[in-house]
Amino acid sequence: MAFYDNVFTSVGLSDWCKSESEGNLLTMSDFMSKSGQNEVSKIEGTSFWDIPFPSLDALNASCPAIARTRDMTSGLEDFFLATKDAIKFVLDPMTQPLSWALDASLEIFVAMPWFVLIPALAVFAFYVARSIAIVGLVLATFMFFAFIDHYLHAVQTLSIITVCTVICVVIGLPLGVLMSKSNVFKKTMIPILDMLQTLPAFVYLVPLIFLFSVTESKLYGIAIILYAIVPIMRLTDLGIRLVDKDVIEAADAYGMNSRQKLINVQLPLAMPNIMAGLNQTIMMALSLVVIASLVSAPGLGVLVLRGIRNLELGVGLVAGFCIVMLAILLDRVSKAALSRINTTQN
Amino acid sequence: MLKTTKISIRSLYKIFGNNPDVMMEHVLNGLGKQDLLKQHAHVMGLQNINVDIQSGEITVIMGLSGSGKSTLIRHLNRLIEPTSGEVFVNGENVLDYGVNELRQLRRNTMSMVFQKFALLPHKTVLENTGMSALVRGEDIEETSTKNLKWLERVGLSGYDNHYPHQLSGGMQQRVGIARALASDSEIMLMDEAYSALDPLIRTDMQDLLLELQKELHKTIVFITHDLDEALKLADHLVILKDGYVVQQGDPQGILLNPKDPYIEEFVADINRARVLRVRSVMSPKDGRLLKITGQVQASDNLEKVIALSGGNTNCCYEVVDNDETVGTLHMKELVRALVP
Ligand SMILES: Nc1ncnc2c1ncn2[C@@H]1O[C@H](COP(=O)(O)OP(=O)(O)O)[C@@H](O)[C@H]1O
Ligand SMILES: [Mg+2]
Repeated sequence: MAFYDNVFTSVGLSDWCKSESEGNLLTMSDFMSKSGQNEVSKIEGTSFWDIPFPSLDALNASCPAIARTRDMTSGLEDFFLATKDAIKFVLDPMTQPLSWALDASLEIFVAMPWFVLIPALAVFAFYVARSIAIVGLVLATFMFFAFIDHYLHAVQTLSIITVCTVICVVIGLPLGVLMSKSNVFKKTMIPILDMLQTLPAFVYLVPLIFLFSVTESKLYGIAIILYAIVPIMRLTDLGIRLVDKDVIEAADAYGMNSRQKLINVQLPLAMPNIMAGLNQTIMMALSLVVIASLVSAPGLGVLVLRGIRNLELGVGLVAGFCIVMLAILLDRVSKAALSRINTTQN
Repeated sequence: MLKTTKISIRSLYKIFGNNPDVMMEHVLNGLGKQDLLKQHAHVMGLQNINVDIQSGEITVIMGLSGSGKSTLIRHLNRLIEPTSGEVFVNGENVLDYGVNELRQLRRNTMSMVFQKFALLPHKTVLENTGMSALVRGEDIEETSTKNLKWLERVGLSGYDNHYPHQLSGGMQQRVGIARALASDSEIMLMDEAYSALDPLIRTDMQDLLLELQKELHKTIVFITHDLDEALKLADHLVILKDGYVVQQGDPQGILLNPKDPYIEEFVADINRARVLRVRSVMSPKDGRLLKITGQVQASDNLEKVIALSGGNTNCCYEVVDNDETVGTLHMKELVRALVP
């Protein structure tokens, strides 16, 4: 006899309860009580202090027709597995280009000899930051990576960040603009963005592992993009909403249409905020690419993981140090680009 | 020169709030601004405005802060939609315009100068001047010679590659004026264009506007809260208070015959000798035989005549306008006109 038996009998549901009693999965407590080590089912004399919460499991004990929590989770799993093929059918071709982009970029970055890639990075850094100090930092960092034989891993990490950041901008910028134009769209996006931002990074990987095979690079690509796209969207929206009303009025007074206004006024004036968003997007992509080494993302994260798995303390620490250096580098380059924009305005 | 009406504002009302159309009925039934605010929490922006703006003239709209000047000028290019009324520009009611016609009006017929300059901070002075050309999709190279000429005209030659933040306030507003002129529009709207500038620079800018106007004969609607500025610039003066027109007409006429205590108060602190012109205080030619001491122009201000007379109140002058005698001015009349 279980605690809630009387409840079901009193409302006349005991027949319904008994009608489907057999064939459920065993829960741990069932198992324990069957092997005779448990006294849960001895209800007579349950004291006031032991009244169980009417949870699924407790109710099931009195009325087998009610599902147990274990049944619920396995039901969800079954549902997921049943719909998996349908979801995959849609999602797979849509995200396939992401795999190609990630793989191609990795190949190109790795195939380039160090004496080509390092100067190329330096030139790029100069182009965006216009600062000799930044160029020096880029050169020093990558030569250091090369010197301690971490160059390949660092370049792989950089490649993944580059691809994911570009995609974040390509998708996130228009969505951010849309959010600034439509309050309804903004209201629907905000909870989604909040969720994406607050979910622990590991949680991204769970449903993705179900959907895609771990050997596919889009698995980590999608996780990184979902995580890193949030700041660029938020700050694009914010930046456009904060554009000086007087300047917008001038644009209207001179007869600009909304496209002209967006290109000539709103986006340029929102650029400091958009660049701040880009900076955060890059940093978040870096943080997730390290975790994504759990699902076979190549790069410095793999070395950290090796350090943890094999208890190779030195390997892990050095790789961690390299990640910090890469983070500083990416932060400085994008911040320098941001401050360059700030000085040409105001 | 024959005057033609360029812009005509008819029974214009603007009520700010959630339910302007319902409030409109109350207002037509005689509800005042204060009661509207207290009883219905709606703000009366403008009430029953009727103004004709002549082509080729500077029409100045003056009033204290909050009197509805900005609201009024924004109705001319429909940056603000009225609650009721009509606005005719070149005979067409702009309130009937669709999106495209309105855009054409703003691109081709009207330009605007703003109190806070409202330049594009990321574009150079020359690019800012070419904003109209950009909006209309004209060839930038072709228009840049023309735009450089306008920059020179407002006294900014050599600054074309500077950015707005590198210029002083006065210079930024010169860019604002060049931008308006470069659009070749017939009508220029200037919303407190000089209010943010230092007094000396302001005088310079007023002179610049008068000088440009002598040549260009634009239809200018100029907004200010400063009576001195209004009197210096206005061909036609409209005085606003709490969203309605208290008095409008020839500025000299308003100065000599204020219709309202509100305006009398305004007028009291004015240096009348500098503002009043000979033509406003002279007696018309009537054949009286007077002893004429000299000749003055009808457009001279009284200060100049006082200086000419050396303080002698017995002088009497012949007033000429375009080489034609139009009247006489006795110093006694002049002195009487100096006190309100
Ligand atoms: N969008 C608005 N909503 C509510 N009230 C407004 C709005 N715009 C202006 N007003 C009110 O209308 C009146 C006139 O404002 P404005 O035209 O800006 O005055 P001015 O330019 O003469 O200083 C003020 O009382 C102001 O508070
Ligand atoms: Mg104003």
